[in-house]
Amino acid sequence: MTKYSIFSLIRNALSYHENWQKAWRSPDPKPEYDVVIVGGGGHGLATAYYLAKECGITNIAVIEKGWLGGGNTGRNTTIVRSNYLWDESAALYDHSVKLWETMSQDLNYNVMFSQRGLLHLAHNVHDMQEIGRRGHAIYLNGIDSEFLSPAQVKEMVPFINLNCRYPVMGALLQRRGGTARHDAVAWGYARACDEMGVDIIQNCEVKGFKIDAGVVRGVETSRGFIGAKKVGVVTAGHSSVMAEMAGFRMPLESFPLQAFVSEPLKPAIDVVVMSNAIHAYISQSDKGELVIGGSGDPYISYSQRGSFDQIEHVAGPVVELYPIFSRVRMMRQWGGITDVTVDRSPIITKTPVENLYFNCGWGTGGFKATPGSGRVFAHSLANGEMHPIAAPFAMDRFYSGALIDEAAAAAVAH
Amino acid sequence: MLMIKCPWCGEREQIEFSAGGEAHIARPEKPDELTDEEWGSYIYVRKNPKGVHYERWVHSHGCGKWFNAVRHTVSDIFWDVYKIGEEPPFVPEGWDGTETRDDYNARLSAGTVTVTGAGAGTGETK
Repeated sequence: MTKYSIFSLIRNALSYHENWQKAWRSPDPKPEYDVVIVGGGGHGLATAYYLAKECGITNIAVIEKGWLGGGNTGRNTTIVRSNYLWDESAALYDHSVKLWETMSQDLNYNVMFSQRGLLHLAHNVHDMQEIGRRGHAIYLNGIDSEFLSPAQVKEMVPFINLNCRYPVMGALLQRRGGTARHDAVAWGYARACDEMGVDIIQNCEVKGFKIDAGVVRGVETSRGFIGAKKVGVVTAGHSSVMAEMAGFRMPLESFPLQAFVSEPLKPAIDVVVMSNAIHAYISQSDKGELVIGGSGDPYISYSQRGSFDQIEHVAGPVVELYPIFSRVRMMRQWGGITDVTVDRSPIITKTPVENLYFNCGWGTGGFKATPGSGRVFAHSLANGEMHPIAAPFAMDRFYSGALIDEAAAAAVAH
Repeated sequence: MLMIKCPWCGEREQIEFSAGGEAHIARPEKPDELTDEEWGSYIYVRKNPKGVHYERWVHSHGCGKWFNAVRHTVSDIFWDVYKIGEEPPFVPEGWDGTETRDDYNARLSAGTVTVTGAGAGTGETK
């Protein structure tokens, strides 16, 4: 595999860019693998990457129903942060942010990770108390967090309307937060995986699991049976469907979450601004588009569309907070299917079926966790024991009652 | 806008309603005797199907009454709504959620649809 560098760019420019290699192969599935990962999104590919890179397992297939990163990996608002309240979450998400910081170098692929800073606005006394509690908890966990006054917010976002319907009373800032290029994450992992011998099999739908005496033996797919010693399922919104195939149920519900991008603008907003109270978050992509998201739909659906009333629900607060954007035209709108748990924390777990592992329940905020999720899941798969960072997120927390309640930090804004 | 038929008020826009999640989950009669697994499953575990979903809604900005509905979770098309306490309607296996119940039944009576399996029949409410 050619290493991407300024020299390879120049060399290929001289030959009119006609000699670039394919970034990954499209192999036929082998009869059996050591590990089969179901789901070729960011988390699945990151799992395969860390299995191959750190766990010495390279006989891996990543099986994807559609195309790489075509699910939630390509449908989110690309926000990365780790300012979560509880110790377990702080460990997991900050592990991820640290991996983001070196990802472009590690993968030899520019994922355009930009630590531009991330603001959580507070609009009322309750919000102020929430960011106060969370900010201090985060700080104690060694994660950067700063409190800003309205004047400091105005300095960072000069055109914000502080005295809107719900006035801005303050904000929590994580300077290490930011955005990344979502497609590049999937492609970068796929290229790095392929280089280490991982088979990436697209357009291959898993139809069922072969389970003998409580032990998984492989997956039935649209391209035939593929044997596996271990199977890791990383299928986000479709995790309940996969679990049903394997004969058990999960504490999950799937909701559409939609996002919008505007026409490209000149640089206007150089931080990510989120607001839990009024359900809108906004950033500007490197192409200049405003990337806007809000809350999920209120009813279970797999429609990948999102409902009309949510558009108004998100656009209203955005225009109220940033009147300068009132004439901006929206270019695209789409929905992804988020698998939501009751405590808004993920499920990284063994299952009632031996050697079958699930990594799901990331709900509306999985993108930020892509590398960390993949790494702890890879180590759990390889060792047969859950990685210490992943262990608190096992499914049995719903039976023991040890929930990791991140509703305030995670329920809305991503 | 998704249109939902309240059994009392008729068809209204979805923003008048609040979703109440999966229907027909009975509270265990003897909670004291449940294991942690059974109790946790009752509270948190859901079918979350990709397909036909029996669910609760409340007409929160209307009559305020709860009712049940059957909806296909891929197309969001409703098969039927029914009042609390009524028997859930029978949904034929052949219904894939791409058309309303009326359209499905019209095709059925026109003979342009072949129905097989356990759901073979008229698609009428049982």
